[in-house]
Amino acid sequence: MIAALREAAIAAAVAFGLFVLLVGLKTEPGSAGTLILRERFGDVALLCGLVFTGRLLMALWRARRAAVEPGAPTRLAALTGRLGPWLAPALLATALLLPWLPGIGRSELDLGILVLTYVMLGWGLNIVVGLAGLLDLGYVAFYAVGAYAYALLAENFGLSFWICLPLAGILAAFWGVLLGFPVLRLRGDYLAIVTLAFGEIIRVVLVNWTELTGGPNGISGIPRPSFFGLPFSMGGEEGSFAAVFGLEPSPSHRVIFLYYLILCLALLTNWVTLRLRRQPLGRAWEAMREDEIACRALGINLTATKLSAFALGAMFGGFAGAFFATRQAFISPESFTFIESAIILAIVVLGGLGSQLGVAIAAIVMIGGFELFREFDEWRMLIFGGVMVAIMVLRPRGLVGTRTPTIALGERRKISAALVQEGRG
Amino acid sequence: MSPILELRGVTMRFGGLTAVKDVSFAAGKGEITAIIGPNGAGKTTLFNCITGFYRPTEGEVLLHGAAGITPLQRLPDHRIAQAGVARTFQNIRLFAGMTALENLLIAQHNRLMAATGFGIGAVLGLSRYPAAERQAVAQARHWLAATDLLDRADDPAGALPYGQQRRLEIARAMCTDPQLLCLDEPAAGLNPRESEALADLLRRILAAGTAILLIEHDMHVVMRISDRVVVLDHGSMIANDTPAAVRADPRVIAAYLGEADDEESAAGAAA
Repeated sequence: MIAALREAAIAAAVAFGLFVLLVGLKTEPGSAGTLILRERFGDVALLCGLVFTGRLLMALWRARRAAVEPGAPTRLAALTGRLGPWLAPALLATALLLPWLPGIGRSELDLGILVLTYVMLGWGLNIVVGLAGLLDLGYVAFYAVGAYAYALLAENFGLSFWICLPLAGILAAFWGVLLGFPVLRLRGDYLAIVTLAFGEIIRVVLVNWTELTGGPNGISGIPRPSFFGLPFSMGGEEGSFAAVFGLEPSPSHRVIFLYYLILCLALLTNWVTLRLRRQPLGRAWEAMREDEIACRALGINLTATKLSAFALGAMFGGFAGAFFATRQAFISPESFTFIESAIILAIVVLGGLGSQLGVAIAAIVMIGGFELFREFDEWRMLIFGGVMVAIMVLRPRGLVGTRTPTIALGERRKISAALVQEGRG
Repeated sequence: MSPILELRGVTMRFGGLTAVKDVSFAAGKGEITAIIGPNGAGKTTLFNCITGFYRPTEGEVLLHGAAGITPLQRLPDHRIAQAGVARTFQNIRLFAGMTALENLLIAQHNRLMAATGFGIGAVLGLSRYPAAERQAVAQARHWLAATDLLDRADDPAGALPYGQQRRLEIARAMCTDPQLLCLDEPAAGLNPRESEALADLLRRILAAGTAILLIEHDMHVVMRISDRVVVLDHGSMIANDTPAAVRADPRVIAAYLGEADDEESAAGAAA
C-alpha cells in the first residue's frame, strides 16, 4: 500500500511538472490587442488528482493480481476463451446485416464504411507487420498510390471502377516491390526509418508534381461508382439503378452499395490472408518473423518471401485506396500523411500481431471509438490515449495475442504469446 | 570411399584475422566425419563457409551430389540448402512460436511451394497442393517418429525441453531431404542417456543414405560414431584420420585432447 501510494505520488509529481505550464497558464487576447495571462491552476489540480488516483488504482490492481498466482487463467481470459469462437461469426453477421438494422441511418453507415476501410487496411498491413514481421511505417504510401491510380485512370482515360480496381492494386503492389528491394537487407529500426521515408517521399511527390496530381489542391470530381454500369442518379431516369430495379431514387442506395463494396473487399483481404497462412508462402512469412537465419538454412529464398509480403500487403492497400477515392470523389495529399500510417499500425499492434480477429476489433474500437467520443471535444484525444494505454497495460501483446497453429495432427491448441516472436526486421 | 563433400584450400579471413587457414579434406559418402578442436579453432567458421553463411576468402567447397559436382562457395545460402546440405545450429534455432509439425513443414517449403503453383494456384484452390501437403505431413510424421517426438507434434517448439529441441532441429534439417547433414555440437547439453540416443539416431540417418559432418566436444560420442576425425587448431588442420589414429596423434593430444599426466602442456598449448 505504501509502495503504491509512493508510486502514485511520483506519477502525480510528473503530471504536475508536465501540466503546470502547459495547462496552468494560458494566454488570451485581451482588450486593446494585448495578451493577458489566464491562470487555470484548478484544472492542473484536477489532472494531477486524476493521474494520482489512476496510478494508485493500477498499482493496487497489479499487486492484487500478482498475489493471486502468476500464470493462472484470469477471469478475463476465461471469458474471452468462451466468447472467442462466437465473436467472429457474430461480428460478420452484424456487418452483413448492418444496413438493414433498425436505427442505422446514413451517418452510421458512413461510419461503418470508414471502420471497414481501416479494417481492410489493418488486415493488409497485418500481412507485412504481423505475419512477416517487417515493421512498415509507410503503409499509407500504398493507400495513396491506389487512390491516385484510380483517380488519374478514371479521369484521364474514363476507365470504370471495376477495371481501375485491379490496376490500382497492381500498381500499389509494384510500388511495394520497389520499396522491398532496397530494404531487403535492413532490419528493425533501420527498416522502419526507410519505410517511413518512403511514405513521405510518395506524399511529397504528390504535393509537388502539380501537372499530374494537382499538387496540394488534389483531384476533384472523381467518377462515383456505378452499380455494374448502372449509375446511382437522383433523377431516376432511364438506365439508372433506381429505374432498373423499380425503386424510389434515394441517396442511401449509393451508401449501401459502397458499404457492401468495402465489406467485400475487406473480406477478400481476410480470405486471402487466412488461406495463405495455411500454405507454404504464409508459413514462410511466419517462419521469417520467427527466425530469418534458420529460414536461410532451410533453403527458403528470403528475397522472394519478403517481396511477396510487401507486394501483397501493398496490393490490398491499393484496393483500399481506390475505394477511398471513389467514395470521397476528392483526394489530396493531406489524406495520406504519416498519422494515417501510425493509426493503421496502431490498429495492427493493438489487435495483436498476426491476428485477423484482433485487428478487426481494434479497428472498430479505434475508429468507431474515436467518432463516439466526438462530443467530448478537446478531451477526446486524452480519453483515447488513456484507453490505448489501458489496453496495452491489460493486454501487452494486443487484444488477441495468441497464435493458432496452421496445421495439427490432433487438436489445434492456441500458442501463448510469450513464445511467438514479434519479428525484428 | 567416394567423397560427398570436398574442401580444397579453404581460407577465411576477417580483416587481419585468419580464422580458417588452407583447410582441405573430404567427407565420404555414407560416413560420419567429425570436426574437433579447442574453442576458437575455427570449427564453426568452417561450418559457416560450407553452408554459405560466410563466403570463403579462398578455396573451393565442392558437393559431389546426385546431380554432379556443385561448387558451393559461389552459391547464396538458400541455394546451398536446396543443393542438399542441411545444417543445425550451436544455439538452437527453431521457430519457437510454431508447432513441431509446422517447423517440419517449413523445412519442406520449396517442394510444397512448387506444388502450389508458387502461391497463386493454391489461393484459388487449383493445384496439386492437398496431395503434396499430405505427403509432406507423412514425411514430417516419419521424422517425428524417428526422433521420438510424435506425441509433441502439436506443441510449440519453444515449449519443448532442451533435449527434444535438439532432436527436433535434426528432424527439421532431415525434412529438407539433404545429402549431407551438418550438425554443430548436437550433443551439447545432453545427458549421457540422451547422447546415447543421439548416436543411435545419427547411425540410422547414415543408414538411410545421408552423410554426416559434425562438430562435437563430447569425445565419447565422437570416438564411438565417427568414421573420420578432422582436427583443427588455430584455424589450421593438424590431423585427418580414423578416430583411433587421431587419438594416438601426439600433436592432437598436445593441442586438444590432453592426457592425465600431461595437463600442464595441454593447457599451455591451448592458451
